[in-house]
Amino acid sequence: MIRIGEKTVQRLLMAAAFSAIGGLLLIALFIFKEGLSFFIETGFRRFLFADVWDPQSGLYGIFPMLVASLWVTLGAMLLGAPLGISVAVFLVEFVPRSVMRVVKPTIELLAGIPSVVYGFIGVMVLAPFIRSTFGGPGLSLLAASFILGVMILPTIISISVDAITAVPASYREGSFALGATRWQTVRMVVLKAARSGIIASVILGMGRAVGETMAVIMVAGNAVKIPHSALDSVRTLTANIALEMGYATGRHREALFATGIVLFVVIMILNTAAGVMVRKRVSGKKG
Amino acid sequence: MKPLSHRFRILILPIVAVLSVLTTGCGRGKTSVTLAGSTAFQPFAEKLAERYMLIHPEIGVTVQGGGSAVGIQSALSGAADIGMADLVRLPAEAAELQPVTVARDGIVIVVHPSNPLSGLTMDQTRGLFCGKIRNWNELGGPDAAVTVVSREAGSGTRTSFEQIVGDIKLTGDAIIQDSNGTIRETVANDASAVGYLSHGLLSEKIKALQVDGADCTTEAIQAGRYPLVRPIFLLTRGAPTGASAAFIEYVRSPDAQKVIGESGLIPAIQ
Repeated sequence: MIRIGEKTVQRLLMAAAFSAIGGLLLIALFIFKEGLSFFIETGFRRFLFADVWDPQSGLYGIFPMLVASLWVTLGAMLLGAPLGISVAVFLVEFVPRSVMRVVKPTIELLAGIPSVVYGFIGVMVLAPFIRSTFGGPGLSLLAASFILGVMILPTIISISVDAITAVPASYREGSFALGATRWQTVRMVVLKAARSGIIASVILGMGRAVGETMAVIMVAGNAVKIPHSALDSVRTLTANIALEMGYATGRHREALFATGIVLFVVIMILNTAAGVMVRKRVSGKKG
Repeated sequence: MKPLSHRFRILILPIVAVLSVLTTGCGRGKTSVTLAGSTAFQPFAEKLAERYMLIHPEIGVTVQGGGSAVGIQSALSGAADIGMADLVRLPAEAAELQPVTVARDGIVIVVHPSNPLSGLTMDQTRGLFCGKIRNWNELGGPDAAVTVVSREAGSGTRTSFEQIVGDIKLTGDAIIQDSNGTIRETVANDASAVGYLSHGLLSEKIKALQVDGADCTTEAIQAGRYPLVRPIFLLTRGAPTGASAAFIEYVRSPDAQKVIGESGLIPAIQ
């Protein structure tokens, strides 16, 4: 009896595991099936590097949106990465463990706030502030970068904290024994040892920033053009898909799926890079 | 025994409800009509469908959104019995469809309440949205750069607006918002913004501009003085038959037209 129960549970768990992977595969297959023919017909360069997106005239160039996605992500990283890593270093090295045990879950709670709420705060507080302080329409590259920078903080902080905590205490003790101060130890020993984990956290945060849609649609203004300043309104790849999917038919729809392929590839590359970094850290620790 | 019979009574209600849904769903007596398309008319269609089903319980009416393009596509493919579209000119592929006008909707040009302008001409409107007029002082307003706010490509409101005004090549600087509601919020928050939205969604947070000297009111639209008006069509593949014909007839009936008029659209038939 026990044997049968054991096997049934094992099979059920296996089925559950494979259904998740199968679902992922089906999604990937579907996106490629819908978008690949467009990609091939239009040509790689005319799709990726043309700068006019005007579905009504049959022009599908995603270059402005590619540039916008990259700028918005870069802006988010410039804000989120230094801030996130600093918070992580502070929490592990300069604060008693008991305090960290309260602060870290609180920060992780930030990850649970729906993106539409971040977008709402962006529209109601951040955009009017940017408009009155710096000029421009307010709904801008800067606003999107700022909101995304805050949104990726939990990812960066919690993974960086894990990476820094995992640095063996003996490293620190050795450094102190050589007469290094606390900050010298952090800078020259701890951060070096935790480097790959910290980089992985930044890459995962970047993946989240590239893929975020709702908050970006609300605060970026969605104008299709190559931005000339941080105050210009921009449209990212994800925003483009979400905005136009409801209306798109025929070629237009295929073009949006092709945009999805571009995003899919970008995020796959980022996640694989993060995975490689994490593996490097684990094997490095063993050696 | 009393609690038991009580529980039984509580149970029997949902069972009967489920069974009745199942039997009517596949029973031969119930015919169904599906509408799909324009999100501008969707809430009205839903309201009318509810009222219609009260009078004719033997017919089930289902309403889906998706936008005007979806309305045309699904009427063509047969995915829906009736397509809904809010376009001034129907596209070429809709030639096989038979349109019936059921309502009209005014499009208002809106600005921030602090904007001193009271109206625009068609030429000025075109200049603003094409990006040729870039500062409000060119129109006698304050010295402030214009922020153009528009809808996404494919939106029925945007397509109609651009067709009526004519020759609009929307400026690349235009901020794009994906619904009438977000256009209203953006314009209400930006003192130098100009946008357009469906007449039914005006509020006191934004200011409506006259176009060619006419206010967007039901009277002006019916008198043909206000130019930015789009019709709302119900589309069928060939002449409507059976339940579809009956429902379209109901939508054009005085009772239904009154409902349409009360909730912000302009009735097609007076």
